Amino acid sequence: MIPLAWYLIFSAALFCIGLFGVLARKNAIAILMGVELMLNAVMVNILAFWRVLYAPQANQNAFVFVAVIFAVAAAETAVGLALIISAYRRRDTVVASDLDTLKG
Amino acid sequence: MIAVQILFILVALVTLASAVLVVSTRKLLHAALWLVLTLVGVAVLFAFLDVAFFAVAQVLVYVGAIAILIIFAAMLTRRILEDVGPQVNKGWGWAAVGAVGLFAGLVVILSTFNGFWAKPAALSAEAVDLATLGEALVSPQGYVIPFEVASILLVAAMVGALIVAVDRKGGKS
Repeated sequence: MIPLAWYLIFSAALFCIGLFGVLARKNAIAILMGVELMLNAVMVNILAFWRVLYAPQANQNAFVFVAVIFAVAAAETAVGLALIISAYRRRDTVVASDLDTLKG
Repeated sequence: MIAVQILFILVALVTLASAVLVVSTRKLLHAALWLVLTLVGVAVLFAFLDVAFFAVAQVLVYVGAIAILIIFAAMLTRRILEDVGPQVNKGWGWAAVGAVGLFAGLVVILSTFNGFWAKPAALSAEAVDLATLGEALVSPQGYVIPFEVASILLVAAMVGALIVAVDRKGGKS
């Protein structure tokens, strides 16, 4: 069987790649993709811990967390893309650093 | 090393490689397609974890809905898509240093955890029984409140997305 460590290292790597995408990319849609990667890493982490620590007791609490993450991810993507498309229509840009109306 | 482990390493490497391409490809549409491969890879990992339900939900929700939504948004903002300028911020080196540092820190902290090398025990049938999850989600002793809050959040987000994205002036562009 596959040790817990492999899953945890995988999800840490996926999370950090997503973090790099969020921090480094200019395009707002690319930033959103980085957030999706991070959310996926979190789900792998939760389910790996569930599989090793809680599955033998038939405890399914982890599933509820993952189901809520699915709902939150869907909501986040819908609102985020609506905001990006609205900003694109008004400002003709999806580059996050160009959306600086509120900058002092 | 047994076959399952070799398979796991292959899937994990493909997933991580496509994740790197998601954040490094210049063309946004290509990045979206690599994102699809990454999400499928994560679905395969869910199957490795014996949670078939979430593997299917991952394909349905992420690959089927979220990735398509992102591809649509990428196409609707087409002019920026073929952007010739740099696709990363000036401080991307610091971002890379931060990400690698966070990864190293996470691995170091995780390796102090007692059960780091624990292997999953054999699974009983009721551990992945979906009926239990379904009942837990709607029972007052279980998780009915988080479940309802999540569904209200989803409805509110969809209505909000419509209101934000609607073109009230009839469209200048």
